[in-house]
Amino acid sequence: MAELDFAGPVLTEGGTWRFPPHQPLRLDSGAQLENLEIAYRTWGELNADGTNAILICHALTGDQHVAGTHPISGKPGWWTRLVGPGRPIDPAKHFIICSNVVGGCMGSTGPASINPATGKAYGLTFPVITIADMVRGQAMLVEALGVDTLLAVVGGSMGGMQVQQWAADYPDKLFSAVIVASASRHSAQNIAFHEVGRQAIMADPDWKAGAYAEGKSRPEKGLAVARMAAHITYLSEPALQRKFGRELQRDGLSWGFDADFQVESYLRHQGASFVDRFDANSYLYITRAMDYFDLAAAHGGVLAQAFAGARHVRFCVLSFTSDWLYPTAENRHIVRALTAAGCRAAFVEIESDKGHDAFLLDEPVMDAALQGFLGSVERERGLSR
Amino acid sequence: MIREDFKEILRLVRPGSRVLDVGCGEGVLLDLLTREKQVDGRGLEISAAGVAACMSRGLSVVQGDADQDLDHFPDRTFDYAVLSQTLQATRRPRHVLDELLRIADRAVVSFPNFGHWRVRWSLLHRGRMPETEALPLPWWATPNIHLCTLADFLALTEDLGVRIDACAAFAGNGPARQIDPTKAIENWRAESCLFLLSRNPPPAMAEPPAPSGDLFDG
Repeated sequence: MAELDFAGPVLTEGGTWRFPPHQPLRLDSGAQLENLEIAYRTWGELNADGTNAILICHALTGDQHVAGTHPISGKPGWWTRLVGPGRPIDPAKHFIICSNVVGGCMGSTGPASINPATGKAYGLTFPVITIADMVRGQAMLVEALGVDTLLAVVGGSMGGMQVQQWAADYPDKLFSAVIVASASRHSAQNIAFHEVGRQAIMADPDWKAGAYAEGKSRPEKGLAVARMAAHITYLSEPALQRKFGRELQRDGLSWGFDADFQVESYLRHQGASFVDRFDANSYLYITRAMDYFDLAAAHGGVLAQAFAGARHVRFCVLSFTSDWLYPTAENRHIVRALTAAGCRAAFVEIESDKGHDAFLLDEPVMDAALQGFLGSVERERGLSR
Repeated sequence: MIREDFKEILRLVRPGSRVLDVGCGEGVLLDLLTREKQVDGRGLEISAAGVAACMSRGLSVVQGDADQDLDHFPDRTFDYAVLSQTLQATRRPRHVLDELLRIADRAVVSFPNFGHWRVRWSLLHRGRMPETEALPLPWWATPNIHLCTLADFLALTEDLGVRIDACAAFAGNGPARQIDPTKAIENWRAESCLFLLSRNPPPAMAEPPAPSGDLFDG
């Protein structure tokens, strides 16, 4: 894959972009990250006016492979429902950008990267990062790609937090913003579930206080348990019941602790396949970034203040009825702040029993809403023929 | 085929103005206003299907209801707030009307007139709740919980210190008829009516917003 120089914004299908030398990423914690790298992918081409770029922000365990085929799992990208030929976000019309967040483990600088100062993996010496830090890195990448204004910045869950952060920090670079199944701050329950996941990782003897990179084994058991617990929060009770009920794996009970129930087997599989593609320390850092997210806090405790500079931005907010991780009330809270700030917002709660994961799944109403929204944004931007 | 009350709203709204349509349904009126009057339109709609339809028309519509979600708009965000055939279905019509004229300089409000002769006839002669063109559903299925007559509405506008800038009556599928709402006969003749309202005195002449009638208040 090609690499980009800061000086020469070449449009490729992606690669790893390196921050220019002597230009560290300044973090909210006060620390700085030198020689930052951001792994990204693009689809389509930037038009002559530079008006068709769409940035997609990924969720906690997502990555830059939003469309196409994932290089590790071999599965389709995580949002092929919305991104691809003939989809609402279409490489034939749009210049699509998706990058791995700072602190991630799919090519961007994160705790598994080598610290240039020591020649060893960062591990826990990696600085704590925030959603705003992730967005600051994205903004540098977007600029390096020659994009001045984004037609849209789009994201679900943690991706939606980044979208809000974009609206707060870089409103002049946005024409529209799409926030799906997200929140403006992490609730006590959100933090609590993340803490369970982190404790599972840290309780694994192979974690070795984060310095497992030098050893042979990784804290796979802990990370798998973290994923299992988190996965339950992405589903809904009715969806789990419908899919598994009390169905058994085999005839009869084992009278032991094997995975008797199908739901156990399913969760174990979710955990086991997750460790192949995710780094335990990255999981700690990214969940921390989400816990620290509280957009209003940085604006005098008034969320509307965060959006005060974004009155020209068109917003679309979507939530799902059965999402109890980032419920409709949290999304409506964002909408009310947008309204109070005088922003143009569209909002709809979509009927679904699939829980938080609905935003990644087959939800025709979401597709239609997004298609309609982006279509009107394109018309307003003078893109539609 | 454009609804007669929509035609009247199209006539009343100034081109290029900022309009909030409360209870905008599938966005038919907002779409008309955007295309014909180049308004900067927003909508509030309670049904998800309605909001989804609006979004696919490219309208900025928020799912919510008039009783709760008007409170979140800042003062005088809009030139017009439109409440078409919805006031009688709100839980707090007085509050809603007050809010409309807080967030917008002018309100366009229409509602079925419970003083129409057919309604009175149904009650008087048959002793039954009316089922008319303007009130098509039986009492047990209607969303209308706060029905009023033209005279009742006039009293409320007086009570709230609201000024009536225009009033039109509708009957059957006929065109709008400009009326003097204070004439008692209109309360018999109008099947539904539409008001253009503003604060008293009108906002164009009063900056900052006028004090209320009470000398000691404001």
